[in-house]
Amino acid sequence: MSILVNKDTKLVVQGITGRDGQFHAGRMKAYGTNVVAGTSPGKGGTTVDGIPVFDTVEEAVQATGANASIIFVPAPFAADAILEASYAGVDLVICISEGVPILDMIRVTPIIKRNDTKLIGPNCPGLITPDEALIGISPAMIFKKGNIGLMSRSGTLTYEVVNMLTQNDMGQSTVVGIGGDPVAGLYYIDLLEMYENDPETEAIVLIGEIGGDAEEQAAEYIAKHVTKPVVSFIAGQTAPPGKRMGHAGAIISAGSGTAEDKIKAFNKAGVPVAKEPSEIPGLLKEKMAEASA
Amino acid sequence: MNIHEYQAREIFSKYGIPVPSSVLCHSVEEVKDAMASIDHLVVVKAQVLVGGRGKAGGVKLAKTKDEAVKAAEQILGMDIKGFTVEKVLVADAADIEKEYYVGLISDRNSKSVTLMVSAEGGVEIEEVAKTNPELIYKFNIDPLTGLLDFQARNIAMKLFKDVKLARKAADIFQKLYQIYLDTDSTLAEINPLVLTPDNEVLAIDGKMNFDDNALYRQPELLAIREVDEDEQKEIDAKEKGLSYIKLDGNIGCMVNGAGLAMATMDMIKLYGGNPANFLDIGGSSNPQKVVDAMNILLSDKNVEAMMINIFGGITRCDDVARGLITALDIIKPKIPIVVRLSGTNAAEGLAILKETGLPTVTTMSEAAQKAIELSKK
Repeated sequence: MSILVNKDTKLVVQGITGRDGQFHAGRMKAYGTNVVAGTSPGKGGTTVDGIPVFDTVEEAVQATGANASIIFVPAPFAADAILEASYAGVDLVICISEGVPILDMIRVTPIIKRNDTKLIGPNCPGLITPDEALIGISPAMIFKKGNIGLMSRSGTLTYEVVNMLTQNDMGQSTVVGIGGDPVAGLYYIDLLEMYENDPETEAIVLIGEIGGDAEEQAAEYIAKHVTKPVVSFIAGQTAPPGKRMGHAGAIISAGSGTAEDKIKAFNKAGVPVAKEPSEIPGLLKEKMAEASA
Repeated sequence: MNIHEYQAREIFSKYGIPVPSSVLCHSVEEVKDAMASIDHLVVVKAQVLVGGRGKAGGVKLAKTKDEAVKAAEQILGMDIKGFTVEKVLVADAADIEKEYYVGLISDRNSKSVTLMVSAEGGVEIEEVAKTNPELIYKFNIDPLTGLLDFQARNIAMKLFKDVKLARKAADIFQKLYQIYLDTDSTLAEINPLVLTPDNEVLAIDGKMNFDDNALYRQPELLAIREVDEDEQKEIDAKEKGLSYIKLDGNIGCMVNGAGLAMATMDMIKLYGGNPANFLDIGGSSNPQKVVDAMNILLSDKNVEAMMINIFGGITRCDDVARGLITALDIIKPKIPIVVRLSGTNAAEGLAILKETGLPTVTTMSEAAQKAIELSKK
C-alpha cells in the first residue's frame, strides 16, 4: 500500500515531446514507473524513449488503459490539458506546469469534480511512492521506501526534508508535492485522510508555508480525525506582508496567512512544529515513540 | 499587479458602472484648469498604489476652486507609506445617504470567486471582517453559471429594502464580476458604493489587483502598469528566470526553490541575522543565471555577506559548483560568501569549491551561522 500511486499506476505524459516532458518521461521510466503513453497533438504514431505517442489523451487511454496523467505543457495551455485528461477518464492528473492563471483553475475545479478526477498541482513537483512509481520531477535518489507520509507546498524544501529523513533511515510511503498555487487540487485534508487510512504510513510530515489558511484547517482536521503522529514545518516566518514569495500562494494578505497563526494552530492540535528542517527527524522519532508507548 | 483608483474608475465606467465624473491632474496648474468649469463640491484624492490614503491626509474635500488648489498643493508631493504622490484625482463629491462595501476575490478554500457585500461601507473591510464578521455577506459564484440575475438581486436585497435600488446594485455586482473575469483580477472592490439622496447608486472608490500569471493575455493592463524601483528589480529578475524580493537586512540569499528560499530567510533570522532578500534561482546550474542573480544581490548596497544555499536534485551539485566558479570569476564580488551544497553529488561539488577558498558547509544551520558571523567582520 501507499497512497494515490503504486507499481500498478499506468501513466500518460501530456506534452511528452517538449523539452521537460521528454526529459522527465525518460527519468520516470528509468525509475521503473509504468509510463505507458505520451501525447502531443500532431505527433501521434511516433515514440519518445520507446514510449508510444498519441495525438489525444482519449486515444492514449483507449490504447493503453492509462489511469494517471502528468502534464508538462506551458501554463497558458495547462487548464485545457487538465480538462482533456479528465474527460478522457483519467483518475489522477498531476499538473507540473508553473504560472497557471488562477481563474483558469477556478473554471477547471467544478468540471473535474463532476468527472470525479483527482488533481495534484499545478505548480508542483509531483509525487513518489519509493521503489514503485515516480510521477513528477523529484530527484529519485534521495527517496527510500518506508512508512513516513510527507506532503508539502514546496519542491526543494521537500527534497531537503526527505534527504534528512533518508539519512536518518526513515523511509517514506508516499511523498506528495501539492504545489504552491492558491487554487490547487488535492490539499492537506484530502491527503491526511488518505495517509490515515493507509496501513503502510505510520507517521506524517506536513510542510506548510505562509499564505491562506490551509494549514490552520489541516490542524483542526488532525485534532479531530488523525490518530497517527504528525510533525510540521512552516516556511516564511520572516516574510513581509503583501509580498509574493515566489509561489503565487505564498503571500500574507491583510494580516492573515502568517506563519505565527499556523504554528499556533498546529501546537493547539498537538502537532510539533520544527524551528528548522533539521529538527524534523528527531521530532518524528519522539512522536512515534510516544504513539507506540 | 495593482492599478490606481482613477484607472479602476475608468474600467468601471467602460463597463457601465456609474461613477462620479472626475479629472486626473499631475500639477496644481492642471487642478486650476480643471476647476475653471466646476462650481460644486469636489474631493481631491491622492493617486498612489497603496491603501490608507484618507488617514494619511491624502483625500480632501473642497468647496471652491481656491480650496481645491490649496488641497492639491498639500497633497501633490506628499509621502504616503513611502510612495510620493505625483497625481491627484479631482472628483465630483457625491451627496451620500449611505455607504456600502462590494468586493470580489478569488477564494482558495471554495476555489471560486467570492462576492462579499456589507452595509458597513467606506471603512477598512479587513477591520469589519475581524470585529464584526457577521456584517459581511459572502456568496461563492459558480464558475459554470456566473452570477445569475436572481442571485445578484437576492444579495442586493440584503443591502437595499427598495427593490428598485436593489436592481441597480445587482446590475453593478454583475458588471463587476464581468470585469473580474475579463481582466483576470484577484481582487475587485467598490468601497464605498453609495446611495445618494436622489436614489442613485454610485461607485465612489475602486481598488483592483490582477493575477501576474495572466498578464500575458492582458495587453491593456500591461500598457497601464506602473512600477516603482524595487518592483522594477523584481520584474527584471523574473525576465531572467529569477524570483527576487528585496528586504531590509544585510545578508543576501541565493537559493534554488521558493520554499527553501523562505526557509533560508527564516534560518538567518532564527540565528539572529537579517535577510536582505528572497531570491529563488530555480533549478539550473547555468552560470549566466548565477551571474544575473549575484548582480541583483550586489546591487543592494545593504548586503554585507552572501549565503548560497543549493539543494542538488536533478541539477547536480558538481554542476552548480562549476557554474558558481565561472560566475565568481566574472563578477569577483568583494563581500564574504558562504556556500552550502547538499543533495546529489554534494561531496564532488564541495571538493570543486575547495579550490576557490570559499567557506563551504553542508547544513543550512551552519551556513546561516557562518554568513551572520562573516557579515559582522
